Amino acid sequence: MRNITKTFGSIVANNKVDLDIYKGEILSLLGENGSGKTTLMNMLSGIYYPDEGEILIDGKPVQISSPKDAYDYGIGMIHQHFKLVNIFSAAQNIILGMETDQGVKNSRFGKLDIERASKRIREICDLYGFDVDPDQKVYDMSVSQKQTVEIVKVLYRGADILILDEPTAVLTPQETEKLFNVLRNMKADGKTVIIITHKLHEVEAISDRVAILRKGEYIGDLITSETNAQEMTNMMVGREVKLNIDRPEPKNVKPRIKIKDMTVRSEDGILKLDHVSFTANTGEVLGIAGISGCGQKELLEAIAGLQPIEKGEIIYVEDDGSETNLVGMDPLEIDKKGVSLAFVPEDRLGMGLVANMNLADNMMLRSFRRKGSIAGFTDRKTPWELAEKVVEELEVVTPGIETPVRRLSGGNVQKVLVGREIAMNPTVLMSAYAVRGLDINASYTIYDLINQQKERGVAVIFVGEDLDVLLELSDRILVLCGGKVSGIVDGRTADKNSVGLLMTKVGGDAVG
Amino acid sequence: MFSLVTFIPRAIVQSIPLLLGCVGETLNEKSGSLNLGIPGVMYVGAICGVIGSFMYENSGAAFSPVIGLLIPIICCMLGSLMMGLIFCFLTVTLRANQNVTGLAMTTFGVGFGNFFGGSIIKLTGAEVPSIALSATSKAFKATIPFASKAGVVGKLLLSYSFMTYVAIAIAIITHYVLKRTRTGLELRAVGENPATADAAGININRYKYFSICIGCMIAGIGGLYYVLDYASGVWSNDAFGDRGWLAIALVIFSIWRPNWAIWESMLFGGLYILYLYIPTGTNFAVKEIYKMFPYIVTIIVLIAISIKNKHENQPPEALGLPYFREDR
Amino acid sequence: MDKQKKEPLIHITKRKMISKKQEWAIRLGSIVIALIVCAIVTTITTHLNPIAVYASMWEGSFGTERKIWALLKELSILLMISVALAPSFKMKFWNLGGGGQTMAGVLATAACMITLADKMPSGAIMFVSFVSALCAGALWAFIPAFCKAKWNTNETLFTLMMNYVATQLVAYYIIIWESPKGSGKIGIINPNTEAGWLPVIAGKQYLLVVISAIIVTIFMYIYLRYTKHGYELSVVGESQNTAKYVGINVGKVIVRTLILTGLICGFVGWLLVAGTDHTMTTTIESGRGFLGVMVAWLAHFNPIGMVLSGLLLVFMSRGAGEISTTFGLNKSFGDILTGIILFFVIGSEFFINYQIHFRKSHRKEGADV
Repeated sequence: MRNITKTFGSIVANNKVDLDIYKGEILSLLGENGSGKTTLMNMLSGIYYPDEGEILIDGKPVQISSPKDAYDYGIGMIHQHFKLVNIFSAAQNIILGMETDQGVKNSRFGKLDIERASKRIREICDLYGFDVDPDQKVYDMSVSQKQTVEIVKVLYRGADILILDEPTAVLTPQETEKLFNVLRNMKADGKTVIIITHKLHEVEAISDRVAILRKGEYIGDLITSETNAQEMTNMMVGREVKLNIDRPEPKNVKPRIKIKDMTVRSEDGILKLDHVSFTANTGEVLGIAGISGCGQKELLEAIAGLQPIEKGEIIYVEDDGSETNLVGMDPLEIDKKGVSLAFVPEDRLGMGLVANMNLADNMMLRSFRRKGSIAGFTDRKTPWELAEKVVEELEVVTPGIETPVRRLSGGNVQKVLVGREIAMNPTVLMSAYAVRGLDINASYTIYDLINQQKERGVAVIFVGEDLDVLLELSDRILVLCGGKVSGIVDGRTADKNSVGLLMTKVGGDAVG
Repeated sequence: MFSLVTFIPRAIVQSIPLLLGCVGETLNEKSGSLNLGIPGVMYVGAICGVIGSFMYENSGAAFSPVIGLLIPIICCMLGSLMMGLIFCFLTVTLRANQNVTGLAMTTFGVGFGNFFGGSIIKLTGAEVPSIALSATSKAFKATIPFASKAGVVGKLLLSYSFMTYVAIAIAIITHYVLKRTRTGLELRAVGENPATADAAGININRYKYFSICIGCMIAGIGGLYYVLDYASGVWSNDAFGDRGWLAIALVIFSIWRPNWAIWESMLFGGLYILYLYIPTGTNFAVKEIYKMFPYIVTIIVLIAISIKNKHENQPPEALGLPYFREDR
Repeated sequence: MDKQKKEPLIHITKRKMISKKQEWAIRLGSIVIALIVCAIVTTITTHLNPIAVYASMWEGSFGTERKIWALLKELSILLMISVALAPSFKMKFWNLGGGGQTMAGVLATAACMITLADKMPSGAIMFVSFVSALCAGALWAFIPAFCKAKWNTNETLFTLMMNYVATQLVAYYIIIWESPKGSGKIGIINPNTEAGWLPVIAGKQYLLVVISAIIVTIFMYIYLRYTKHGYELSVVGESQNTAKYVGINVGKVIVRTLILTGLICGFVGWLLVAGTDHTMTTTIESGRGFLGVMVAWLAHFNPIGMVLSGLLLVFMSRGAGEISTTFGLNKSFGDILTGIILFFVIGSEFFINYQIHFRKSHRKEGADV
């Protein structure tokens, strides 16, 4: 890949990236969230088309404008979100859309030869050591089985280059080991495997070579056997950048929320949080670091009453020291208990706000239950005033209060959301990726707001992805790794590398 | 008094329009399109066939059974194809809401049928008192000559017009195509998960257009069967009644399986005319209750499949949703 | 398999901004085109002068005071049903059962009027029939709503089927109560005593219906716009995730909203039997449940829009009725014209929501709006 550039609106996802991939190797593509790994690979697999640059295969420039083109060049990608039809069997999913199967043209109305396909699937499975029942329906499968079907699907189409986008994010350690064995078998068979990841130990365990991206740019590559975790982390996170975010000294620190031994499973039974315990204090920013999908979302939603909790306690401590267990309450009940819990969720327009409603109506989401002047009617004046206040104080750029929030830019949407949550005078403020997609100015507005709340004595829980920000904003940083707390460090003394290592879990072993 | 040998053939004749409507709607729904315009399509199919054969019968030419069969069938298919294209264009190309489009099509189609059914004589200036296409109907109703003499078996199995067998064949073929062929697999993928189908290189819009148009043509033939076969070529306004909706109910009752629909349409057909065979004395009211059964049964099935939540029995996952690639 | 990468001829994107003015201009434009197409269709099928046809339609709708009242009555009934359906659709609950819910009200009213004819004073019958009509309508809406809330049963198909259950029940009772015996219909209920008949206000038979429609519409406007319930249901309709996030009980809101829809439909049924028709037939609802869906949807649940789109549809059907008598055609002609107009208006939504970019046109967005 030569000189690849891709932009989305004003965001440059990949900037002049050069990447070489050799036959018969396992290459790791390493980088933090938002470093452009997936975008780059999507261009190789035909999902996106590069704005600039070219792709060469075996020295010849090629045009890949659809996943089908990619297949024709022997490139197949396994995405994080599986593209499978639930009610079809494995075999049906694998041959879906194939005009020719094993060199034989599939006639349009002829009987589909599932048996022959199944036979070939079993052969592939035997060759690489997969475990797939061609007749099993997808809805009956575990996540790792679905992933296996996706891999077999790609191999079935004769791919020589396999791209896996964070394949281990959804797997247990045992399943991961199984997957790695299969990948090694493929390599032995002469296939090229590219694995997108941000877990260092996996890079070390599986790859021959590692290529590193940071903020859309190609940093360099290393031979895995000649490097170590420290060097890779340095390349991945880069030098510490001074952001000059204020960090007032915490005052009057008292426990506000105590999480004890909390375990949460997702709907399909995957362990998302594993015996998590920590305390969030008043007047303090507790940063939460971790690679995405390590349970941050579930943690906040569990506290907010949106996730069923399998085990554990969420103790809310009042000012006078009395304690309430919030487990099992829904958001309404929590609110009725008098616990003012502000939550800025990751999905701003899909959860925190109603995209099609205007600013004032969105302000009302939190306040509409309060008594209006006439029972049963909503008080529209107060939210309207609040909206005006938020627009003025946070400098929201909007044509008017009547504008649906979906028409605002990302930064302004976030200001509206944060402004509303702060207006409820919370005692706890939780935010997930509060500055994702925001420009510098908007980001600083958010930091300021968070600090103001902290000085008011609010317990702030700040889930972030940018370590530089976390290190300058947080008083303490809790690091999550695979649903477990891998460490809690002091924000003032911790350095980027030690947190980075905790995130990738090398911390436990190497740093101690 | 109650004789199965007379009851079953009549139930079957009743069932064929339902079966064809149901197969047509199933094809629509399998592509992810809930087409509530099917009742209208069936009206349009019927009236187009009627207009065709009316013109032919009144043209003064000597009546040839073959042409007499072909003209209404072709007219009917063209008429329902037009309806299918309207639906496709609005819901697939223009991504309009399927429910609203379907209801508008039913309003249009029923009006179209009743208008031309009621006005064609005046419009064409023909000098006949009513639409009674006896010659065409005779051609449609032709049966195997010896069937009625072949005893009970003959009466039960062989005494029907050729369209009856064609309808059952269509249901079986549709089932085969959906279940066993590549086309069927891809079509179902479109209805279940268009994003996946798109990623697999399947042309979503082409599949939707084809399945909706073919489905509408099949349903249209159901309307034609009703007029020219069941009603002996006599058109009367609104006589077709709620059979179009019954066909949609049948889709649910058959849990989107055309092969099951064959038997279940006979059951529905039987329920529809059961009152004629049950001694109710002077109590005619009961027959209306019998007519309610198909709907009640359908509701029960609908609730049952949602409670049991078994994957194979659910409506196609993307039913009713427009697909826009850049939405993801 | 050597493919040249082609830029597609047209590229479609979602529109970000469109002013209300443009929105209505597109809608109005589509109606004008539809009327022209209707005129062409009319000329082709009937060989009549389209202008004469429209003139006669106008005559049929607004020609005399009587006709205007009839038009207003039709409009009122249709408007009330679409107003009743509006909260369901705003919540994205596809209630196609407005017809059935109305029929339930019709049946309950007729039942009260017939069975209580000699047992109660007229006013009491009115009251009892009012309450039972509302309850019947609400029940008819509650059943699918409950199943939706509890098991996520497909509401589109469920409400659709409920229509025919209601119609058949009505058909059953028509035969039970038929009068005279053997006629297969009910005839005018209590023709002599007029027991249970709603009073005629100011000598205008349909004034009561019109007033009811105004009240119901204003009520719904306020309900949707200013009450907590109205706010909750629109949050549920827009995003169930957000609703849960702020602690709204989605199932409860679904059931509550559908009961309201059912109550109003039941009320319409009551008006139809006790107020205007004084009889019960299986076609008394005459497809307004479906028409109401379209009226509400076309107007985007805006009450004034509903009045206008309802007026358009009623005008078409009344006008077509006039053509059929004047020119000796079948009255279903109106349905054809209604269908054509609906197709165009439905299609026009695309141009409101999406933007088409042609290849080679490198104009800026501002230029082609």
